[in-house]
Amino acid sequence: MRPIRLALRMLGREWRSGELGVLLLALTLAVATLTGVGFLVGRIRTAVAMQATQVLAADLRVGSPRPISNADFARARLDGLRSARTADMLSVVFDGQRSQLADIYAVTAGYPLRGGVLVADQPFARGEPAGGIPPRGVVWLDSRLLAALGGHVGSRVSVGAATLRVGRVLISRPDQGGTFTGLVPSLLMNAADLPRTRLIEPGSRVHYSALFAGQHAPIKAFKTWLEAHLSPGEHLRDIAEASPQIESAVERDGRFLTLSSLIAVLLCAAAVAMSARRYVARHLDLVALLKTLGASRNLTLRLTALQLLAVAMLATLAGATIGYLAQAWLARALRGVLAEGTLPAAGLTPVGIGALTAVALLAGFALPPLWQLSRTPAVRVLRRDIGPPPPAVLLAFGPAVAVIGALIYWVVLDWKLFVEFTAGLAVFVGLLTAAGAMLAAAATRLRGRVGVAWRYGMANLGRRRTESVAQIVAFGVGTMALLLLGLIRNELDSGWRRTLPTDLPNYFFINIPPRGRGAVLDFLHSHGARTARMLPMMRGRLTEINGRPVGSVHFQERQGRHFAMREQNLTWTADLGADNRIVAGRWWTRAQFGEPLVSVATEFEHWLGLRLGDELTFDIAGNTLSVRVASVRKVEWDSFKPNFLIEFPPGLLEKETGTYLTSAYLTPADARSLAAFARRFPGVSIFDIEDLLSDVRSMLDKAILAVQSVFLFTLLAGLTVLLAAVQSSRDERRYESAMLRTLGASRATVMKGVLAEFAALGALAGVLAVAGASAGAWFLTTHVLHLRYAFDPWACVMGFAGAVVLVATSGWLATRTVVKQPPIGTLRAGT
Amino acid sequence: MPTAAAHGREDRTGAGREDASGDVAPHAGAQASGGVCSVLTAERLSKQVGSPEGPLTIVHDVSLDIASGESVALVGASGAGKSTLLALLAGLDLPTAGRVLLEGQDLTALDEDGRARLRAQRVGFVFQSFHLIPALTALENVMLPLELAGHAGAREPALETLRRVGLADRTGHYPRQLSGGEQQRVALARAFVTKPAVLFADEPTGNLDAATGARIGQLLFEMNAGSRTTLVLVTHDQDLAERCRRVVHMEAGRLL
Repeated sequence: MRPIRLALRMLGREWRSGELGVLLLALTLAVATLTGVGFLVGRIRTAVAMQATQVLAADLRVGSPRPISNADFARARLDGLRSARTADMLSVVFDGQRSQLADIYAVTAGYPLRGGVLVADQPFARGEPAGGIPPRGVVWLDSRLLAALGGHVGSRVSVGAATLRVGRVLISRPDQGGTFTGLVPSLLMNAADLPRTRLIEPGSRVHYSALFAGQHAPIKAFKTWLEAHLSPGEHLRDIAEASPQIESAVERDGRFLTLSSLIAVLLCAAAVAMSARRYVARHLDLVALLKTLGASRNLTLRLTALQLLAVAMLATLAGATIGYLAQAWLARALRGVLAEGTLPAAGLTPVGIGALTAVALLAGFALPPLWQLSRTPAVRVLRRDIGPPPPAVLLAFGPAVAVIGALIYWVVLDWKLFVEFTAGLAVFVGLLTAAGAMLAAAATRLRGRVGVAWRYGMANLGRRRTESVAQIVAFGVGTMALLLLGLIRNELDSGWRRTLPTDLPNYFFINIPPRGRGAVLDFLHSHGARTARMLPMMRGRLTEINGRPVGSVHFQERQGRHFAMREQNLTWTADLGADNRIVAGRWWTRAQFGEPLVSVATEFEHWLGLRLGDELTFDIAGNTLSVRVASVRKVEWDSFKPNFLIEFPPGLLEKETGTYLTSAYLTPADARSLAAFARRFPGVSIFDIEDLLSDVRSMLDKAILAVQSVFLFTLLAGLTVLLAAVQSSRDERRYESAMLRTLGASRATVMKGVLAEFAALGALAGVLAVAGASAGAWFLTTHVLHLRYAFDPWACVMGFAGAVVLVATSGWLATRTVVKQPPIGTLRAGT
Repeated sequence: MPTAAAHGREDRTGAGREDASGDVAPHAGAQASGGVCSVLTAERLSKQVGSPEGPLTIVHDVSLDIASGESVALVGASGAGKSTLLALLAGLDLPTAGRVLLEGQDLTALDEDGRARLRAQRVGFVFQSFHLIPALTALENVMLPLELAGHAGAREPALETLRRVGLADRTGHYPRQLSGGEQQRVALARAFVTKPAVLFADEPTGNLDAATGARIGQLLFEMNAGSRTTLVLVTHDQDLAERCRRVVHMEAGRLL
């Protein structure tokens, strides 16, 4: 006996006879969903990460007060990485009699490795890609510097000992910000001109950077090598340490996308379970016959398992192809919103994951029923009412629960979220099951009230109670997933819009002298600007935590040491910012002004492992200040308003206050006044974050497009569940319809009964889905995505109506052919 | 060893019997009364099942001895327990009490797979509703038991048997493309292709019209005679029953 050959031959025959169509469709769509979502999430994550690396202008960036060793660059070349150098120093730039302190930024060819430099011919104009670095002898001055010097494109400026020509106006460079400290107007020049300037002499304060970029794997390996070879004073940065705004956006996008794909995965699991159930139901007689003809139980199990495995392989092939085509289409659609023009190539990992998950789904959801199928007694050939003995609960549900658990954990990779999500899912499925059972019971009582079609439909619900409950649960889960996605998408969309309104501040004003505050605000307001709150700013260093010098403290988090050791930006304020939320402790009262207290952002608390009540000692302008952590704030960094990791109450630091900062929104027309502003307030630094905002907006666009695509996959998965559910009762319906029509019922009557039944199923599933999706959306919005939740009654009404229409229509479409069949054929066949 | 005569009423008056004790092939097996080789023996068989009203005895203390090459018809009203007894005799089901010996092998002592192996090698079946596999062609349906029994070349014997039942031109047809009579002929071919020691037939003409049923009955007995197979037949068809060498009547789970 050769089971593989026999199984494949039977598979071919069964395929020709259409027996395996639904199962193959369900699995194919499952794999297509998985691989499509996998390709999609993977590519978009890489793209978003790539875009985020633009903040560094590289994938990896080493900073040092000394020139970076050539050995690092040689190693990078060996690893096939691209590299560039920058040197950064402060110097006064002259244009005739006018002078301005500027940040001289000298770069080598290849800069920037990630992102792009934008230039224009006029100050404060819309920038265009530079397509390289300034040629030798040419410098690019930023708008404020050019305005302060009264220069123009083509004029000559003196930088140190060199005289260089102004080639373009520097609008933005990718690594210009992230932290808004020590900002002065900027000048970009070719590093080859540096020796001529004679700016670098022994004792000069120069900050050197080495930039590296390349493929993921060599970069990862190079990073490990670099970490082991960093010289004292060198600091390595990658995306994890890039701007907190970008990091927060990437984290949120990733979490939502994986969550969406998880729902699609679970829907596919339900579809596979239903298809497997139908497969088993339709193969009971075959297994009984095979046993009667002498097949062992083991052989029947192997035959069906091999058939399903072959189906899984076919489904993986077809599904992966569909998934790949879908993401290829998406990649083209995304091209327009990507700064770099193209998405990174899709990896093959999703195909492997798709195949593995297909097998896991079959093992969890199809193997238990197959195991049961193999227990079908041979005597069923004589008595069709005899089926396999009921399975042990552990065997029936254990593998499915294990596979669901493994899938959920694989997606969330977080025990807390795993427990919360799994518990929520279990409670929800339990509630659906209980509610479904109640409806089925109620339907039995209601069936006498309305005509015969209704009675037939309701009778079906009540009589096939277990099946009805199963379908209600499936419809409910499917509809809930779709509705949940819709609700969360709305929340995300409006949340983002709430977070990123069109009049979001697009300019920061730094180094505002205390006495010039009023004049600066007056100028800005008179030129149409809408300003955010103005906060004082000073620099200081954290020296001790709870009496221990920070140099001797061990930090659990990787960023801890860096954040503890670096110079901090500090502020004092009486009021908690509107974009801040206290998550621990209490904000100070007026009575506490002057007390030695401090409020820290959650990032600072997390990285340094701080707790409420910890004592922090700062060195601020040579004075020592010890304060107690009074509160921890969750800061919405993407509000683009002045915010600080460390805030003090008023009454402590007024004497040390150096300057103030604020942010403002200016329309492009109003922004033209900034040239006048720069002339009137030469000491105030203007920081244009319009381009940074464009990057963030572009990423959000991509995220929304990705969400919509995942939504489409989930919609298809939901429809497959519906199809599988309807298919699972098709045989019974065929027989019942034949019986009813034989007894004189018209086709319309039978059809109305079918519609009544499916509409009722859809209505209950819709009610449960609306309740569950609303609860789920509230939980996910507030606890996972950290956005505010607003109940959306219109979406719920649409969800309910959608469930009724979708289920009734699907049921009608799937059973239409059943009713059309002449009853005599069905009755002759006996089933 | 109990004999058929101990509990069953034998009817040896049926005209047109296809087989006679003298034609019996010398199978290994228990010695039936009268010195004939016994191929199938039931010893005090009982089958009890649970029901909402309590335990229900479907087959009650039945003993039966069937000689090799013999044809036996089990007749009785619906619900008399004929099909259950057939299932017990064929090893498709296990008795609550008693045992069944097939060619001397105690079926009740074998596990499910052991009984399946024995069926593959020594037993054939014909059913009222044909039980052909819809996904397989006529030829493939007939090849199946040979393949399950591990025969290397299943095609030729299957073709030959299909020729014997007159379906040489229907080998590539699926069951749904065949008439009821043709489907039952495929089932007959499938039953005889392994040259079984015992053929169990459950209402083989029950789903056919009278004329087709008569032709199928004729074919069944012709092939049975040709193969020297022992035939155990459950039927309501009086004509079919009378063609058997022995008719055993059942009522309320007991042999009369």
